[in-house]
Amino acid sequence: MTVPRERVRTRIWREEAEPDNAFATRSALCHGYDVYGEMLGRARWVEMLFLLFRGEAPAPAGAALLDDLALALANPGPRDPSVHAAMCAGTGGSTAAASLMAALAVGAGRQGGAREVFHAMQLWQRCGTDLALWVLALQERGEAVAGIWPDGDHPAGFDAHAQRMAALALQTLVHLAASPASRRLAWLAGQRPALEAAAMAPLAMTGVAAAALADLGFTPEQGEMLYLLLRLPGAAAHALEQRALGPKQFPFFELDLLNDPLAEVAT
Amino acid sequence: MNGPQRLRDGADCLATRAGKAFVGTRAVFLGHNLHEDLRHADWVELYLLSITGRRFGARELRLLHAMWVCTSYPDARLWNNRVAALAGSTRSTPGLGMSAALGMSEAVVYGGHPCVRAIDFLSGAQRRVTAGEALVDIVAQELAQRRIYGYGRPIHATDERLPWLLDIAREQGLDGGPHLALAHEVERLLVARDARLKMNYAALTAGLAADLGLSVTEFHHFQLPMLLAGMTPCYIEAAGRPAGTLFPLSCEHIAYEGAAKRRWGV
Repeated sequence: MTVPRERVRTRIWREEAEPDNAFATRSALCHGYDVYGEMLGRARWVEMLFLLFRGEAPAPAGAALLDDLALALANPGPRDPSVHAAMCAGTGGSTAAASLMAALAVGAGRQGGAREVFHAMQLWQRCGTDLALWVLALQERGEAVAGIWPDGDHPAGFDAHAQRMAALALQTLVHLAASPASRRLAWLAGQRPALEAAAMAPLAMTGVAAAALADLGFTPEQGEMLYLLLRLPGAAAHALEQRALGPKQFPFFELDLLNDPLAEVAT
Repeated sequence: MNGPQRLRDGADCLATRAGKAFVGTRAVFLGHNLHEDLRHADWVELYLLSITGRRFGARELRLLHAMWVCTSYPDARLWNNRVAALAGSTRSTPGLGMSAALGMSEAVVYGGHPCVRAIDFLSGAQRRVTAGEALVDIVAQELAQRRIYGYGRPIHATDERLPWLLDIAREQGLDGGPHLALAHEVERLLVARDARLKMNYAALTAGLAADLGLSVTEFHHFQLPMLLAGMTPCYIEAAGRPAGTLFPLSCEHIAYEGAAKRRWGV
């Protein structure tokens, strides 16, 4: 087969074709490593994740940190809006992909979602471990121009609806900050009271995740993707559970209709 | 610190003006009885009502329809359409294919982002011009900070959709608004800097929509299904072909530019 005119450029993946079929792969290299011939059986899932995004194998401490972060993020729990969305898909018998797409869409935003992690990671890029810069940045509000993302109404990485840091997020921070790969996490743990005072909100799991992802060397764009990805296992499991339970077991809630034309006629 | 009070207030019961299904009897849509009052509504009219809470007249609706029609391109090479087509080719479902294709149409180089940025810029510029600022200064200030969306096009500078949509705007007597005039004037200023920066569909639709009174957010919602009718034929045709044969990539289609082969764990 001649080399096609239009080709996909990639620095990530190299495939060698079977001699008799250019559409079948004999070997695949990820950033130079033989995935099926050498990594399979030796490398861990998180090492593959790290390699895919960063282009290098992680140091043991980095792999352990990503492993711990992945565990902490794996299930946001059924109260989380992204999992709630996946359960809505599950209970109605929607497709598996629709359940995950629902979780991705709802878990993508600036309120507890991946876009919040993106913005929190931008704060790390901008402020580093300089408390004065953080205090200034956390007091800024609003966007210069409109975009497809709605405005956030709280500093990225902090909890808009709590008076103190949630225990689960704090346990995660304390554990991750003890990692040898931790730098920003350790600083965050130490400066938390000052940062929370500046943000006028307690630190959230998004803020912990952003610090961990920054410590692992990911860009905000990579961190946003990983946060979306790492929270999907719980959404999937809860969607399947609700699918099995059926719609009659799932909350339907109440509506208080404020502009019912029949009620207006009656009054 | 806000605390959880707003969460407690919102639990279990939603106070709403959007509407309610009284299952078995009736439905309320933004304060209207859906079946009694709106059953004859055109779907775009209903959609505009859902976005703005306002009813639009026949001429306005004709133009808004045309905004969707004139950009319905069933070309499976286009990235969003290609996803719809790939979903058909891989025997996924129409709902998944269209949802993904629509979702990704909130893109930076086409679709949602240019539309939102264009109407935001034109609306803001119109306010500033009305307040006495010179457009040439506004354009220069904007360009110093960021790109002006709605001008220039990657493949060909001329946007073939414009005369057709403008023709309908003219037919309906809706081509005389200040935002459209401003969009044309911006084009004149930009083309003087770079001949490739001719107006594209985002600026035209944004200008026309702003003249119809749509806000930035309202136009963002309105443009969401704009490309849908072009996606469906791509899915359907691909679903009719042998499975998995749409734009297949061979190993030769991959141009590897990364690290040379190396040993894991060494």
